[in-house]
Amino acid sequence: MAYFLQQLINGLTLGSIYGLIAIGYTMVYGIIGMINFAHGEIYMIGAFISIIGFLVLGLIGISYVPLALVLVLLTTMLFTAIYGWTVERIAYRPLRGSFRLAPLISAIGTSIFLQNYVQILQGARGKPMPPLIQGGFTVFESSGFAVRLSYLQLLIIVLTLVLMAGFTTLIATTPLGRAQRACAQDMQMASLLGIDVDRVISMTFVMGAALAAVAGLMVTLYYGVVDFFIGFLAGVKAFTAAVLGGIGSLPGAMLGGILIGLIEAFWSGYFSVEYKDVSVFVVLILVLVFRPTGLLGRPELEKV
Amino acid sequence: MTAASGLAVENSARATLDWAALLKDAVLAALVATLLALPLVGIQTYDIGGGALGIRTHFDWVAIAAAAVFAGRLALHLQHRLRRGGERRSETVFARLAAWANRRTMPITLVGIGFAVALPFLPFASRYLIDLGTTVLIYVMLGWGLNVVVGLAGLLDLGYVAFYAVGAYTFALLARDLGFTFWQALPFSGLVAASFGVVLGFPVLRLRGDYLAIVTLGFGEIIRIVLLNWSPVTGGPNGISDIPRPTFFGLPFARSAPEGVTTFHQFFGLEFSPGQRVTFIYFVILALALITNLFTLRLRKLPIGRAWEALREDEVACRALGINPTNVKLSAFGIGAMLGGFAGCFFATRQGFISPESFTFIESATILAIVVLGGMGSQMGVVLAAILLVSLPEFGRAFAEFRMLIFGAAMVAIMVWRPRGLLAHREPSLRLATRSTRGA
Repeated sequence: MAYFLQQLINGLTLGSIYGLIAIGYTMVYGIIGMINFAHGEIYMIGAFISIIGFLVLGLIGISYVPLALVLVLLTTMLFTAIYGWTVERIAYRPLRGSFRLAPLISAIGTSIFLQNYVQILQGARGKPMPPLIQGGFTVFESSGFAVRLSYLQLLIIVLTLVLMAGFTTLIATTPLGRAQRACAQDMQMASLLGIDVDRVISMTFVMGAALAAVAGLMVTLYYGVVDFFIGFLAGVKAFTAAVLGGIGSLPGAMLGGILIGLIEAFWSGYFSVEYKDVSVFVVLILVLVFRPTGLLGRPELEKV
Repeated sequence: MTAASGLAVENSARATLDWAALLKDAVLAALVATLLALPLVGIQTYDIGGGALGIRTHFDWVAIAAAAVFAGRLALHLQHRLRRGGERRSETVFARLAAWANRRTMPITLVGIGFAVALPFLPFASRYLIDLGTTVLIYVMLGWGLNVVVGLAGLLDLGYVAFYAVGAYTFALLARDLGFTFWQALPFSGLVAASFGVVLGFPVLRLRGDYLAIVTLGFGEIIRIVLLNWSPVTGGPNGISDIPRPTFFGLPFARSAPEGVTTFHQFFGLEFSPGQRVTFIYFVILALALITNLFTLRLRKLPIGRAWEALREDEVACRALGINPTNVKLSAFGIGAMLGGFAGCFFATRQGFISPESFTFIESATILAIVVLGGMGSQMGVVLAAILLVSLPEFGRAFAEFRMLIFGAAMVAIMVWRPRGLLAHREPSLRLATRSTRGA
């Protein structure tokens, strides 16, 4: 029981991170119907920028943890968002109306480019990050096994909830959110009604990148090490989360993220750590084969 | 916009070249570049020992990047203004080159094959060069195999390396446990890889194109992780070594053979030299690659090949005409997998050692890059791209380091400017005669 609870906590933490990345996939897919394969790389860049941010703050001498955290969070979101915007502008926007696989191939090229860009500039070795937030409390104790919830895990889960709430409000109530929903339904009609579709798509990439940046920051703090290749696996897992929840659906992305986090945690807790990545891929294949619309998605009609 | 009004706009634009707007645009671009470069280019992290990181600043690089983007953006705009209405020159150069290559397919092919056959005997040929040629040909073969799936059938396969791995491991296991030789194992490698392709393809091929891509990627990773962790059979991260080398009709390439076995140099009364085996291996892959090419060229003329291309162009129309998309896709997938399996078998015998390290996603991405850059569906383009990709790192360390960076950027650039590849040939193999003048 205690072991189960511990895996639950670990899974929820991991799932929050995947969920934040998955939102980027699901929003872009919902509006322009493409898999932004480079999104995992955006998350990786977010992780790198956050580690650099902490180092710079350390040099300047800001050592008060909450202040450092907020500053790094904001700068990471800002700079990563610019990366997201630029990727869309250079690699995807010129391809609207090109043949079906073109944006996906371009996205794969972008992904390869960004990985090597970071590798060349920052080196191939893992970047260590000393633990910033330590400690935690014992939730539950039975037969000598203590279930621990660290402050960091708590922070990750709470921050994710706050961001999700803010984000949902943004989509539901602001003019930008309305424009995004309109574009997701019918891009041509939206543009006829005076919505600047290009701008809406740009903003979607900016928002997705900013959330991925938060995920990158969290993973830097959580695992304490970052390398240029983390985007690949995290990207595939987050995409799986988006598909599992129903691609195009925001609550679905969060739900899918948490489910994937739980699956991964329980799989490595009860079966084998070596095959934990396989579990996610198997889930992806099973969902796509048996329920391509995901848990909360709507079926997609193919129009001629 | 009609041509006439376009001209009018262009004339007025040229008359009053709006320098203010141009400069503003270039400055904005440079600003974005500065912001992009600031954290990752401007600040570098490095180990200072003890698990800690230090930082170095390179703000001069940021300035250079910003200046380059400013100048580039300005130049691009000016060029665009001056040339608007006409096609960009680079485009016409490539288009002409592609048209020329497509017109003269036969002579170019013959010269190419002639050169490939003669290569080991040319005066400047060294062991190193022949080795490089062998690597190029492996990628050419893989590219042609993937071209069946991506170029002809229009299915994006991001896990092609899985079939390559299956082929390689099939041979390695058959050789280790059952004592198979390369030639005995070759058909099995293809067969096993094809079965994997069909078994994987059957449930997923009815998915949309981009879903299929991700599923194949997942499948490629599953194969790699299984190879890595199933140590009792696959040897885990240590891989399998001592894979037998190919023989020349049963004659091994060795300095001295065990009792009762004649070696290649003894049989032909030659002096032994290790170069003989290298040359032989080169010819084996050359033959395999050419057979692959011939095979796919013939397939294109069969009903199944026509169905692939038709399916690539319009799936709904194909369905309406009574083509079963799943079966047709499955055949393309299986044949592509089989060709990958053959290449894998060859890879195993050439290296003599295989481990999961050789079959990562980067490998899939490299093969895909070759196909995309060469032009999906173009056989000659694949050769060109493979030569470029494999030989680039040989020009020096800098090129080796920047190879994948350049290829990633090139994939984007190709999609933006020449989505059909450098030597594009996406023309359907067959079209109605009366339509041919209108063209696509």
